[in-house]
Amino acid sequence: MPEPSRTSPSGVIAKDVALTGVLATGLFMFLLGIHTEDVPGTLLLTPRPWLLASTVAIVMAGRLMLHMLYWWPSDPPTRNMRIAIALLAPLAPLFFVWMLVDDPVEIALYLAGMYLLAAALLVLRYARGEGPSPRLGIAQEKLVDFWDRFGHMFGGVLVVIACALPFMPFTDRYILDVSIMVLTYIMLGWGLNIVVGLAGLLDLGYVAFYAVGAYSYALLATHFELSFWVALPLAGLLAAVWGIILGFPVLRLRGDYLAIVTLAFGEIIRIVLINWYSLTNGPDGISRIPRPSFFGLELTRRGDPSFHDFFGIPYSPVHRIIFLYYIILALALLTNIITNRLRKLPVGRAWEALREDEIACRALGINTRNTKLTAFAIGAMFGGFAGSFFATRQGFISPESFTFIESAIILAIVVLGGMGSQIGVVIAAVVMIGGFELFRELEQYRMLMFGLLMVGIMVWRPRGLITAREPSVYLKEKKAVSADLVQEGQG
Amino acid sequence: MEYFLQQLINGLTLGAIYGLIAIGYTMVYGIIGMINFAHGDIFMVGAFIALIMFIFLLSVGLTFVPLALLIVLIIAMSFTAIWGWTVERVAYRPLRESFRLAPLITAIGMSIVLQNFVQISQGARVKPLQPLIPGGFEVMEHDGFIVNLSYMQIIIIVLTLVLMIAFSQIIARTPLGRAQRACEQDRVMAALSGVNVDRTISLTFVMGASLAAVAGVMYLLYYGVIDFYIGFVAGIKAFTAAVLGGIGSIPGAMLGGMIIGLIEVFWSAYFTIEYKDVAAFSVLALVLIFMPSGLLGKPEVEKV
Repeated sequence: MPEPSRTSPSGVIAKDVALTGVLATGLFMFLLGIHTEDVPGTLLLTPRPWLLASTVAIVMAGRLMLHMLYWWPSDPPTRNMRIAIALLAPLAPLFFVWMLVDDPVEIALYLAGMYLLAAALLVLRYARGEGPSPRLGIAQEKLVDFWDRFGHMFGGVLVVIACALPFMPFTDRYILDVSIMVLTYIMLGWGLNIVVGLAGLLDLGYVAFYAVGAYSYALLATHFELSFWVALPLAGLLAAVWGIILGFPVLRLRGDYLAIVTLAFGEIIRIVLINWYSLTNGPDGISRIPRPSFFGLELTRRGDPSFHDFFGIPYSPVHRIIFLYYIILALALLTNIITNRLRKLPVGRAWEALREDEIACRALGINTRNTKLTAFAIGAMFGGFAGSFFATRQGFISPESFTFIESAIILAIVVLGGMGSQIGVVIAAVVMIGGFELFRELEQYRMLMFGLLMVGIMVWRPRGLITAREPSVYLKEKKAVSADLVQEGQG
Repeated sequence: MEYFLQQLINGLTLGAIYGLIAIGYTMVYGIIGMINFAHGDIFMVGAFIALIMFIFLLSVGLTFVPLALLIVLIIAMSFTAIWGWTVERVAYRPLRESFRLAPLITAIGMSIVLQNFVQISQGARVKPLQPLIPGGFEVMEHDGFIVNLSYMQIIIIVLTLVLMIAFSQIIARTPLGRAQRACEQDRVMAALSGVNVDRTISLTFVMGASLAAVAGVMYLLYYGVIDFYIGFVAGIKAFTAAVLGGIGSIPGAMLGGMIIGLIEVFWSAYFTIEYKDVAAFSVLALVLIFMPSGLLGKPEVEKV
């Protein structure tokens, strides 16, 4: 949101907050203020005045806090007064919230949330390097310095933690399941990162390759009885071929047209999966997909030969989960290693050049067609691997799992992590997928939060939370002028 | 022949709804050069506001349909316009000088937000509305097959044409329209000549959103059921219509809408109904690849 003038007098702020209230009332009057309830034959309207009033009051309080803590006006004059106003603001909607929830615990949660927001706003202000206290500025510099010196070890530490996770005393089956899911999304995020983050091609149909990988493995395994380890590379290859097939027609398209055509392709593939009954079994999906084996040893109770018999340990169903965990960990790390190596090769540098300015690329003699196609193909290949893994883990797949929402989630992870940043994808996936798994009751708010964060982060920091748009290759030392400061060309 | 005629009528009606949404895409694309991905969901919000208002009016005993329709149209247009304005103000304006993909990503974010907000606040189930405008003409009868033209279809087509002409005239003749065309050509130069660029762009979003609201009302009355997800597919098809007609051109959007509506209806009637969306999406891909400037659009010159 653009910043109002730093010298806004109180009157202007008051007017702005009042206008925000009017606007919020207009926005929410119908959609929140009135609920349409299903009764047989018709709909019944039930008014929800307290919900509407609370929402409007909270929006106004939030706007006031934004003024006081983030935009930091010169009027009221002292810092303490501004903070005092901001701290009092959450108390104003209290009456409405009380009428709405009538539960001290939820009121406490509400207040905690609002003060968390206040703290976040202050932190964001300091993060911009405009903190009023010089001591904080120094602390921040130290933090940046620390990150510069030890940041490259952070990834290694994460890998060690990830490898040791199954043997931690607190780890149970639930944690492993969540971790497998998070790792799947990390892998998908890294795959999409090649296309979106590195090559700058906004692909909204990435889930299509995930689907191709999943269905390839499922069909190869159920019809030709290929094992997971044979089918996995084939599925990746098929996905890569599809990446080229779908990438070829869109080579000439610019950013936003490309986005919408890839979205259309993704939807077409899903509709075909639903309706091609003889091949894909339609909406019923494919079930009884075989599980992967450990060097020919099956991880089942009555496998022949079975894993637990071979090693002479008692059978436990967790073994299979741990095995799956290591498979996806290895696949994800493979994605990361290959991506990082590719970034140093000519093709990787060409991707990043393409992202910054396509016309300049062509002028320099870079073959933009091949560059784009390799990005599509390699990104799709990793999507295909992840899809195969998904199929073998679930044992059942149907077109339901490959909707646009899935593409949007993967894209959100890439965007939130800072397009082009590998570690950012990890953090975004852990927070957004793992975090919401831990708060199951908030599940229905997950996509809402995703959307709001996508908007908020793009508006606040268009280059993402962790920006890694500095060039991968540099001569002797990093130059002070990073890509962040350079206006991007229209790719 | 009778079957064909019936499908033609149905296709034109559907096309009129797509056309109304497409005008919003085309105006926004014309003026700031971005796909307003959330526009389909603005249409969905308009349909929900209309649904709530209709039920409210019926429950207070206002059963005179023309008056109810008028009130619903006015309310839905104005309140949906607030949503359109807010989306632009929150998600697009701060990024106007940013890199090209940034507003597209916030647009996808806004689309997710709107869908899920409505899903949470109004529930995920489909919402039915009783038929309000029954009846129609029998255009012709042959061998027992009756070709129907319902009053609802007449209202949709006529209203759409009226709105299209009105908005074309606004763009062609009013100071606001002149400001819009100026911003479309060169935003900086327009600002230097005294055009309030921010205000003009905001008003474009307001106009687009209110047209989407009309489309929402029509959709609600025509199909009788809505849910939070209708905006996604309708949005893509309307965008296809805008591209097909030539992005930036209002008559083009209408023409494109009609063609998409006809393709969809005839495809369902003569081929397979399962693949009707595939037909529309394939048209989108084909047009963008082979005819990016559309039927009535101007070719875009790439500037460095």
